[in-house]
This record gives sequence, C-alpha cells and structure tokens, in this order.
Amino acid sequence: MAESTVAEGLRAYRLIAGMWIRSLLTYRTSFVFTVVGNLLITGMDFVAILLMFSQVDSLGGWTLPEVALLYGLSATAFGLADLLLGSMDVLGGRIRDGSFDILLVRPAPVLAQVGADHFALRRLGRITQGVLVLGYALVAVEVDWTAAKVLLVPVMVVCGAVIFGSVFVAGAAFQFVAQDAAEVQNAFTYGGGTLLQYPPTVFGTDLVRGVTFVLPLAFVNWVPAAYVLGRPYPLGLPDWAAFASPVVAFGFCVLAGLAWRAGLRAYRSTGS
Amino acid sequence: MGSGRLYVAVAAGGFRRYATYRAATAAGVFTNTVFGIILVYTYLALWDERPHLGGYDQTQAVTYAWLGQALYSTLAIQGGGAEKDLMARIRTGEIAVDLYRPADLQLWWLASDLGRSIFQLLGRGVIPFTFGALFFSMALPQSVTTWVAFLVAVALAMIVSFGIRYLAALMMFWLMDDRGIAQTLMIAGIFCSGMTLPLNAFPDPFGDIVRTLPWAAQLQMPADVLMGEVSPWHAYAFQAAWALVLLALGRLLQSAATRRVVVQGG
Repeated sequence: MAESTVAEGLRAYRLIAGMWIRSLLTYRTSFVFTVVGNLLITGMDFVAILLMFSQVDSLGGWTLPEVALLYGLSATAFGLADLLLGSMDVLGGRIRDGSFDILLVRPAPVLAQVGADHFALRRLGRITQGVLVLGYALVAVEVDWTAAKVLLVPVMVVCGAVIFGSVFVAGAAFQFVAQDAAEVQNAFTYGGGTLLQYPPTVFGTDLVRGVTFVLPLAFVNWVPAAYVLGRPYPLGLPDWAAFASPVVAFGFCVLAGLAWRAGLRAYRSTGS
Repeated sequence: MGSGRLYVAVAAGGFRRYATYRAATAAGVFTNTVFGIILVYTYLALWDERPHLGGYDQTQAVTYAWLGQALYSTLAIQGGGAEKDLMARIRTGEIAVDLYRPADLQLWWLASDLGRSIFQLLGRGVIPFTFGALFFSMALPQSVTTWVAFLVAVALAMIVSFGIRYLAALMMFWLMDDRGIAQTLMIAGIFCSGMTLPLNAFPDPFGDIVRTLPWAAQLQMPADVLMGEVSPWHAYAFQAAWALVLLALGRLLQSAATRRVVVQGG
C-alpha cells in the first residue's frame, strides 16, 4: 500500500514538474538568463567568503580549500533540496486564497503536488556553482584519500539534500498553523545553508549543539567533512558520528513526514 | 504647496499597508535575527584573525552586522520595495492611470516608499538590533545627539535607496523584463551596500571604488555616523549628493519614458 502511494506521488510530481518545465522552456532566452542570474546570486555567498580570505589566511582555523569543501557540500545539497521542494513557501498563499482545496480533491498525494508546484529549473544555477566550488575544493584540499573518505562525499550530498528537504517539508507543515509566516522557514532553510558554509569552530557552542542535536544540520557536512579533513569533530562527537548521516537523514525525513501529515489533518478550508 | 498633505497621506498609506501583515513582520524579524547571529559569528572569527580590519574593532564589527540586518528591509537592499509595484504597473499598463493623477509621479512613489521604509525600520529593524545589543558587545554611542545624527543619516539612506530602485524600475519601459532588473538590483545591492562585508574591509583597489558608489550611502554611512567613524556632515554631504544625482536622473528618465507611453498610445 505504502509502495503504491510513493510511486503515485513520484508520478504526480513528475507530471506537474514537467508541466512547469515546459512552460519555462517556452521562452528559451529568458530561461537561460534566469539560470545564469540564479548562479550569480547564489554564487555571491562564495564571493563573500573569497573577500574574507583576501584579508586572512584562515577562518576559525580552517583554510580556504577546507571552507570551500564545506561550502560546496552545503550549496550542492541545499541546491538539490531547493530544486525538488523549494517552492513550498507558496503553500501559505494557497491556503490563504483557498486554492489549496483544489490539490485535496485531485487523485494524487498532496505532498507531491505541493512539492512540484512552481517547479523552478532556474535553481540549477545554485547546484552548478555548488558543484564548481566542490570540484575546486576536492582538488585543492590536502587529504590522504581512502575508500571511506571518497565514498563520504556523495553520501554527504545525498543525505544533506534529504536533511534540507526535511526542513522544507517541516516548514511547509508549519504553514498550516501560520500561513503568513512562510518567511520563518527561510531562517532554517537559507539560514541553515549559510551556516554550514562556515566552519563549526566559528560559532558558539550552544549554536553548534542546537544544529547537531535539535535540528541535525551538522550531519549535512560539518561532522562527515571533519572526518574527511582529519579535523577534530565538533562537540567531541564519537568517531562513528561521521558515518551517521544516512541514519540521521532517514530519521529526520520520517519526523518531517509525520509533521506534514499532522498539519494536513488539522487543515480547515477557508470555506470560500 | 497644498500638495504636501497629499504626499504625507500617500506615505501614511505605504506605512499602513505594510503594518497590516503582522505575522509576516514577525517572521521577518525572526529571520533577520537568525541571519544576524550567523553573520556576527563569522565577523568575530574574521576580526579574531585580523584585529582592526577596516579600522573597526570587534565591537564595531558586531554593531555593523546587526545594523545591516536592522536596515535590510528598510532600505530594501535586495529590492522588494515600491519599485516592485511600479514595475508591475509598467508591465500591465496601469502606469497610465498614475500619469493621469494630479500628482508628481516620482514624488508619489517616493512618498509611498518612505512610508514603507519607516514602518520597516520600526517593525523589522528595532527588535533584531536590540537583540544584538543584549546578547553581543556592541559599540553604541552614549550621547543623544549621535543617535539623532544617525537617524538623519538613515533618512538620507532611504532616499538614496529609493533613487537607485526608481531608476531600475523605469528601465522596465525599455527592457520589459522585471526579473533581470530585480536580479541585478539584488546583486548590486547586497554587494555594494556592504551586506556581506563592511565596505572599509574590502580589499583595495576594489574597496576604493565601491566606497564612492551610491550604495555606500545606504549602510556604511549610517553605521559610521553611529560609531563616530565619520563626521556626520561629511556623511550627509556624500548621501545628499547621491540622492540629488539619482533623483535628477530619475526625472530625466521618467520624462523620456512618459513620452514613450504617449507615443504608444497608452
């Protein structure tokens, strides 16, 4: 039963996203410009880091290639989640104007419909610049590569995308409670993405604790990247913590799913 | 000038419109505060490595970071103020209605944007800045006159900010692509205003250039007035000069644009 729901959801997602992509590609030049624009805007975060490193040799004890590794992992993982689920902040608007009810009567899982709503291919821009920075970092860092370290890189990107995706879903669930407060989730999504671009040594212990044990963003890149780079783990976590990302991502995904279902069950239409 | 009252009413309308969305304002305050915390920690790490970077000490760098968050929506640094509505009206052709009004187009939009700015300053600026002052060491002035001087610099910054965005919005008459304009505004705004790094900490010769651009009037000048890094009169002269130049250019572009509207027949 659950299997078929997932398959149905993926199919619905593909159909809706395909529709948005077709409408975007109607104006090819405009599409190319928006992807390039998106690449430039999201790439500014890295230019800010480069500006900082034009004045110093290390930040929080981390060198530029090491910070670039964190940045590349964070931007790529966040970019993937943003591409797949980033338009969820329109949910609040849909609840306000009553058009959310349309999604409820369609024979497809609501989460898939909301996720694919306003699917924006321009977000390939963020992924592109994230991958470019990640590529530079992998070449520039001084690491004795082992099989485990090589394997951790794609694991971080995928699990990171799942963790960020869970934040998007949890944020969407919150919009059932507060439709106008869609911007709150920006603090956790974009804010989390920005936070992970910098080394954990930069931040206060309480903040690091919060994004490790409460909102497990540290498992996107901080903890596994510390293993790859041979740096001490944040908070003195045990050795196996570097490999815990898949478990954390799965657990967080389940919790976000439960939050979404609770939100959906609590939904009362505007009645208009 | 009996029309003075008209523009005050327009400004009050802009203020009220933004004051209506209380949940959105609260959400914005929360987001600005979270970003402020992240930025402050990165600045502290940076100033740990390079004390006195850009002539600031750590408390001044922290003050600058929180001021940036407090003025972010007030000065619409990434866009999203009155120019957004103006661009939409140019695209749909509703701008023709604005031209029929017995009011000056530029002053009308300036008043509306100032109303928005003042609300955002109170509604979205005060709380993050106060939060920063409570939880981090800041370099805040003791004298009331410095605070007043700072508020004057913020008011001038609002006008400069509008001047930049009004010019950008009028480009719609020729380009008809609001997304490209909005993206350009956002990149230039975030970067050249010093949202990522104080302009005095930019590496030279890049820093010399960026400190002469109009965006330097937005965050850097009020920050330096507040922290006594620049004489208020020097800051005002710089800000007022840019405000006048931008508003004059806006008028020139506006008359060229409105002639186009007439030629198109509405």
